[in-house]
Amino acid sequence: MSFDLNDILPQLANGSAHTHALGFVLEGRDEDRIRLRVPWREDLVGDPDTGVLSSGLVTALLDHVGGMAVWIAAKQFVPIATLDLRVDYMRAAHPRRDLIAEARCYRLTHSIAFVRAWAFEDSPDDPAAAAQSAYIVDSRAGRPAGANLRPSA
Amino acid sequence: MSDLLDRLPYARFLGLQATTEDGVLTVTMPFADHLIGDPMLPALHGGSTAALLEFTAMAQLALTYPALKLPRPINVTIAYLRSGRPVAVQARARISKAGRRVANVLAEAWQDDPSQPIASLTAHFLMADNN
Repeated sequence: MSFDLNDILPQLANGSAHTHALGFVLEGRDEDRIRLRVPWREDLVGDPDTGVLSSGLVTALLDHVGGMAVWIAAKQFVPIATLDLRVDYMRAAHPRRDLIAEARCYRLTHSIAFVRAWAFEDSPDDPAAAAQSAYIVDSRAGRPAGANLRPSA
Repeated sequence: MSDLLDRLPYARFLGLQATTEDGVLTVTMPFADHLIGDPMLPALHGGSTAALLEFTAMAQLALTYPALKLPRPINVTIAYLRSGRPVAVQARARISKAGRRVANVLAEAWQDDPSQPIASLTAHFLMADNN
């Protein structure tokens, strides 16, 4: 069974409980670049005095859009896990504004994917945050569905 | 100190709860379905664990340096060590250096066993509040 990756990108954007709860939506794809949007919401704010989205939310957005860039590079959905993620917060996001994140996987090996990503309101030329991350490809490595429901080893 | 996290909407969204003992904060993120990123294993979304670590580092700084109010992160690095199982996560932070302008904070998150962390954080925060 195979399906076109483009057809499932919207589900990959917000198909898990966490990404659905955060309201992530696919913003678009341009060749190997992929964009996600998180619409501004009161309960996603970091500092109630400013109305700016939480830096922790920005991290989650950059982590997730980076993973989507890996699937684009792999041309299919494969289980992946973030190995590490560094985020620079260059400036506060603008109050009460949606954020867009764009990512590109610039190197994919059999086991590891290397990604860079940016978060901004209007243009990647004026980013609020930037990320550099690495992902383990095929992270389930034979572990069956439900493996995490058993007590830890 | 739990008041700080109670006041922050995204910390409430994650359900974070803090306790303090001898000036050291332990922050708990109780398991909730909306934290799941991989429904197959199932595993917590790395973004929820990362946000827990970042809030823990921020809240520990605010507890130790009350004049800071809400420390602003400059950058954070998260290493994911184990997949997060669908149970509660706890986190604790240590301030490794706090200078006049910048603080370096380390934090770890674990589930049942603190010696088996699921993720670690290294972060820098601005010490001046008016930047």
